[in-house]
Amino acid sequence: MPELQKLYDAVLNGDQKTAVAVTQEALAAGVSPMELITNYMVPAMDKVGSLFECEEYFVPELLLSARAMKGSLELLRPLLAASGAEPAGRVVIGTVKGDLHDIGKNLVASMLEGAGFEVTDLGADVPAEKFIAAIEEKKANVVALSALLTVTMPAMRTTIEALKQAGVREKVKVMVGGAPVTQQFAEEIGADGYSDNASAAVGLARKLVA
Amino acid sequence: MGKFEQWLGDRPLITDGAWGTQLQARGLEPGVIPDTWNLEHPELVESVARAYVEAGSEVILTNTFRANAVTLGEAGLAGQVEAINRAGVEISKRAAAGRALVFASLGPTGKMLMMGEVTAEAVLEALGGQARALAAAGADALLIETMSDVEEAKLAVKAARETGLPVIASFAFDTGKNKDRTMMGATPETAAREMEAAGADAVGANCGAGVENFVAVCARLKAACGLPVWIKANAGLPQMKDGRAVYTTSAAHFASHFAALAEAGASFIGGCCGTSPEFIAELVRVRGAE
Repeated sequence: MPELQKLYDAVLNGDQKTAVAVTQEALAAGVSPMELITNYMVPAMDKVGSLFECEEYFVPELLLSARAMKGSLELLRPLLAASGAEPAGRVVIGTVKGDLHDIGKNLVASMLEGAGFEVTDLGADVPAEKFIAAIEEKKANVVALSALLTVTMPAMRTTIEALKQAGVREKVKVMVGGAPVTQQFAEEIGADGYSDNASAAVGLARKLVA
Repeated sequence: MGKFEQWLGDRPLITDGAWGTQLQARGLEPGVIPDTWNLEHPELVESVARAYVEAGSEVILTNTFRANAVTLGEAGLAGQVEAINRAGVEISKRAAAGRALVFASLGPTGKMLMMGEVTAEAVLEALGGQARALAAAGADALLIETMSDVEEAKLAVKAARETGLPVIASFAFDTGKNKDRTMMGATPETAAREMEAAGADAVGANCGAGVENFVAVCARLKAACGLPVWIKANAGLPQMKDGRAVYTTSAAHFASHFAALAEAGASFIGGCCGTSPEFIAELVRVRGAE
């Protein structure tokens, strides 16, 4: 029997190689994918999130842990799909039209993938029509909008308006983030949620799809 | 003796303020890479530079923050690296007309080394190519700014040093409860020591938080190394008002931090996002009144 605690440690320490190796051993020994996710991987990511919140971890540690988690999930996903298990949620993410910045958006996408969401990343400078098409194609239930520039924040509002016009606003929860974005702005433009960092974005997405 | 000593006296030099917001005021649309205006609208870029010189800037930058092969390459403009950088330096030199020094701006590639989005070789090549173009066009010094990853900054300094020009490495400390870490977690102490070891001629802080936060960061940079310190603070975080971003910090409030920054060891003082020629004029006035 493999030592499953090592999977927890590997995710916590951002060690993708070990995370993948332990996952392979565990699957070979007949451990169920859900057992690995629920009892080891998700608790490890929760711990990563709390270390980030208290500033022991920063973005590099967050990214390495998300990558370790993702490596392991890639082995588990086909098994989960075969057993009919659904992802935590289906997210369409992108930086809004006019804004070319993608580091923050990439970070949130990695963290959401690490948390078991199916993530469709539309990239940067994404027009509203692309969000609308992806929502329908991917049957998304969450849309995550990013903006780094004050001049592109209004594009978050117009994107949400366009979702309404297209009749898909009710199908999804909209979450927003980015350096100049605030809770107040999120409320003003009719978003369902705001978070000020990538770790909190995971908690928010979970709450929105619950 | 450091390479900057030739220009530094017993009081800090006043640099310039933001370019992006000034270019937007002249019609730059969101989604357009500002650096392309060096070729498309050189007269408008020059009017920004000239406004700073007229406000009293003793050092002005160039509109070349994103003009490296990686960033321009994303927009299909990799072939224009040399032309955009050369035009950027020429524009600022015309505006300065000998009244201000021209320090050329280089920014991060926007790709993460640790995630393998870009290789160390590609960073060296992109920033090295940009640095050579800026130096050949006659820049007085090179400013590597808004960095968050110490590893990328080390590569940038290495590439920039090969030109023989003085090199400043400046970081955005915008993370953590006290806004004293870069996004990648580096402290002012780490940044200062690593940049000094890498051969930078000055270290600094720019962008990130409002001016209030820069006094402590400046003192920490100064204490951690033997280099001159470069400070370019934001005018606070913007508030959204009627769908537009409004910076609530006034020029007078901003400039009231001049003495504290000088006391904390700043050799260069200027403004980043949200500041304008009015802020620079106010800094010059406050310094003259001391």
